[in-house]
Amino acid sequence: MSVDAQERQEAQAGGGFQLPAWFDWRRDIIFIGFVVIFLIFAILLGDQGFMSSQNLLNIARQSAIIMVIAVGMTFVIANAEIDLSVGSIAGLTSVSTAMAIAAFGLVPGILAGLVTGAIVGAVNGALVAYVRIPSFLVTLAMMGVAAGFAQWITSSAPIPIIDDTFTGLFGSGNIGPIPGLVVWSLLAVAVGAVALNRTRFGRKVLATGSNRTAAEYSGINTRAIKFRVMMISAMAASLAGMLYAGRLQSGRFQWGDGDELTAIAAVILGGTALAGGRGSIVRTMFGALLMGLINNGLILAGLDSSQQQIIRGIIIVLAVALARGR
Amino acid sequence: MSEPSAPAIRMTGITKSFNGVTVLHGVDFEVAPGEVHALAGGNGAGKSTLMKILQGVYSREGGAIELFGKPFDFEGIHQAKAAGIGMVFQEFSLVPSLTVAQNIYLDQEPLKWRLIDDAAMQTTAGEIFSRMDVNVDVTADVAGLPTAEWQLTEIAKALSQDARVLIMDEPTASLSKNEVGALFELIGRLKAQGIAIVYISHRMDEVFQIADRITILRNGSNLLTSTLADISPEEIVNGIAGKELAAPPGDRRTVPEDAPVLLEVQGLEAPGIDQVSFQIRAGEIVGLAGLMGSGRTELARALFGVTKVTAGVVRKGGEVIDLGSPAKAIDQGIALVPEDRRLQGLVLDHSVRENLTLPLLDEVRSNGLLSRAKVKTLSDRLIEAFSIAVARPDSPARLLSGGNQQKIVLAKWLGTEPDVLILDEPTAGVDIGTKAEIVGIVKRLADEGKAVLVISSEYPELIAMCDRYLVVREGRIVNSIGAEMINSEVDLELAVQGIGS
Repeated sequence: MSVDAQERQEAQAGGGFQLPAWFDWRRDIIFIGFVVIFLIFAILLGDQGFMSSQNLLNIARQSAIIMVIAVGMTFVIANAEIDLSVGSIAGLTSVSTAMAIAAFGLVPGILAGLVTGAIVGAVNGALVAYVRIPSFLVTLAMMGVAAGFAQWITSSAPIPIIDDTFTGLFGSGNIGPIPGLVVWSLLAVAVGAVALNRTRFGRKVLATGSNRTAAEYSGINTRAIKFRVMMISAMAASLAGMLYAGRLQSGRFQWGDGDELTAIAAVILGGTALAGGRGSIVRTMFGALLMGLINNGLILAGLDSSQQQIIRGIIIVLAVALARGR
Repeated sequence: MSEPSAPAIRMTGITKSFNGVTVLHGVDFEVAPGEVHALAGGNGAGKSTLMKILQGVYSREGGAIELFGKPFDFEGIHQAKAAGIGMVFQEFSLVPSLTVAQNIYLDQEPLKWRLIDDAAMQTTAGEIFSRMDVNVDVTADVAGLPTAEWQLTEIAKALSQDARVLIMDEPTASLSKNEVGALFELIGRLKAQGIAIVYISHRMDEVFQIADRITILRNGSNLLTSTLADISPEEIVNGIAGKELAAPPGDRRTVPEDAPVLLEVQGLEAPGIDQVSFQIRAGEIVGLAGLMGSGRTELARALFGVTKVTAGVVRKGGEVIDLGSPAKAIDQGIALVPEDRRLQGLVLDHSVRENLTLPLLDEVRSNGLLSRAKVKTLSDRLIEAFSIAVARPDSPARLLSGGNQQKIVLAKWLGTEPDVLILDEPTAGVDIGTKAEIVGIVKRLADEGKAVLVISSEYPELIAMCDRYLVVREGRIVNSIGAEMINSEVDLELAVQGIGS
C-alpha cells in the first residue's frame, strides 16, 4: 500500500504532469475515458452526424435501460455480490407485464411487472443472504430459470402491447424534447445516488461490502442488507423490463438478453470495486453512457456487430487495466 | 449513577460451558471507574470468554453482572453497547473503504432531513479526537492510515457511543514504541475522565506501567487479584504459566561444536524486520522466542521468500542464496511450515494423498502425467513415516483431527527434503499426544543434520525441543540464550519480557 503510494508520488513528481489531489485515478478514470472517447468519435465521425443533437439524444436513449439496470447493479457490486439474472428478469418482466395488460389492463400490468421483480429478488436475496449460497451461483441459476420461464409461458412468441398509456409512460413517449426513457434513467440515477451516498442504508451496503465482520461488529444486520441489495437489483431490472416492453410495444423473453454483462461492465468502468466497499452511482451513469457511446460510434463507423463486440471488449479491458495500473 | 463508590463492572460467579465443557467456574471480576485493570492468564484460561460475556457476545449460564451498581442482563452486543461497554478489537474492526468519521459513526450517522449529514459527522468526530487530545484526519480513508491511527479510530468509535468501560485486547501488539507511549498517555487521560479500562496483554512491562490492578485467571477460575504494587513480575509469570504446564527439560540434545553452520543470516531487513543476524548449525534446533507482534512471523516469512528482503545476506552452507519467492526458497532447500494450517498449509477439500504430494508433483510424474502409483507409493511412505492416523488416504484432509492435519503439513514439506526447516507455531491447536509426537519428529529431523528454526507461543514445547533461543523484540534479535540457561517456562517468559535474570 505504502509502496504504491510512494511510487505514485514519485511518478507524479518526476513525470512532469501533476494530478490534483482530489483526483483519484482509479475512481475517476471513467470521466477521462468518457471525454477521450467522445472526442475521438467527434473528430473521426463528425461527418457521419455523430455530433448532431439527434444522435447525442440517441446515445442517451440507447444507454437508458442499461443505466437503470446498472444503478441496481452498483448496489450489488459495492456489496461484494453479483447479479447475473438481471437481463432475464427484464425479459420475464416484459412478458408478465404484456400478458397482464392484455388480460386485465394497465394498472394490473404495471403491478404484475413490479411483483415479478419482487418475487425474483426475494428468491435471490433469500438464497444469498439466508441460505448463504454465493450470489454468482444463485443468479446464474436464476438467469436460466427466469429466461426459461418467460419463454415457456409465451411459447417463445412475442406478446404485443396495444395500451398507448403504457407505452407512452414506459419508454415510447417524450417529455418535451426529452425521451421518456432518459427521464426514467435520470430518475433511477438520482434516487440511487442519494440512497447510496446519503442514507444509512447506503453506508451499510458499502460497509458490508468492504468488511462484513467489521459491519457486524458495528451492529449492522448484514444478512438483511444483502437481502435488500439483491431485491433492489431485481426491482431495477424489472423496471428495465417494463421500459423494454413500452419501447418495443411488446413483451418477449429475449428482451434484456445479455444486459447483465453490459451493466456489470458499466459499473466496473464507473470505478466500483468488484471486491466491494466502494461505489458511485454517478460514475456508473457515465459507465453506462460510455457503453452506449461506444456502441453508437462503432455503428456509425460502419462496423458490423461481430466487429463491434471485439472492439467493445478491448476498450473495456483497456479501461479497467488503466484504472488498475496506477 | 447510584452510589459513587459503585464499581464500573462487577461480575460475580460467572459460569459458562461449551458443549458440556465448563470453561468458566464462577469467575469474579471487578473494575472501578477510572481504573486500568489488567486481565491475564494463559491460553484457555477464560479471559476472552469472560470478556465476550461482558460484551454480550455469549450469554452466561450463572452469576451476575452489575454495571455502575445496576444489575444488567445483556441480550446481545447492542444492549451491552448501549450500557456503555466499548471494545477496542485486537484485529481491527473498521471498514477500510470508508473515512475515519464514517467509521466512527457507522450505523449511528447523524441525520438531517433523513439523509446523512457528513459535515456534522466530521465536526463531532473531530471533537471526540480533540477530547482524546490526538490528531487524526477525520476525512481520510481508513485504508491509508497507519496502524496506530486505526486504533485511535476504534477508541473514538467506542467513545462516540458513550462508552464508560473500554476493553482493550493486546492493544499494543502492532504499535511501535512511540505509538505505545502515545496510547498510554491517552489511556491516562481516559482514566482521568472516569472511564474504566480492562487491559488484556501478555507484556509485563506494559502491565506494570499502565495498570492499577491485575486479575489472573487459570483454567477458568480466579487465581488472584492484586494491585500491581503488591506483586512481582515473577509472581505474575508464575501465575500465568502455572506448574502443571512446566515441561521437564528432558534429555538435552547436544550439538557438536564443530557442526557446520548451515544457515547464516547477516543484517537482514524486511517488512517488520530490522538488521537481523544469526546462525544455525546443522543439527541445531533454534527457538525464536518473542511476543506476538515482535517480528517472529515476519522473520519466517522473509526467510521463505514471502516478503521482500530489502537488505542483508542469507547464506546456506556458505553460499549466498536468493530468496525472491517461496519457489526459490524451496529450491534452495528451505521449507516453511506455516502458522495457519487451514489457510496456508493445506488444501482442505483435497485428499490426504493430494495434499502430501502437492510440493512434489515433479517427482510423481511419469511421461508428463501424474502417476497414481507413484502418488500412492510416496504418500504411503510419508503417512507411515509420520504415523498419520488416517483410515482412507483418499478422503479429504478436512475430515482429519487438527493434530493429524498438522502432521500432514509437516510431512508434506519434509517430502521436499529441505536442509533448513522453519516451523511457525507447529503445535498450535493440536492435542497433547500429537504435540509430543511433533516434538519427537522435529528432534529426529535435527538428528539427521537439518537446521531447524521454531516459532512457538507454547513454551513447554519450545523448551522440550530447542537447543538455543533467539529472543526477538521489535523486529530485532536482542539476545541468544543457550538451552542450559532456560530450565522452566518462567525463565523463558522472563527472557522474552526482558525482565529478571
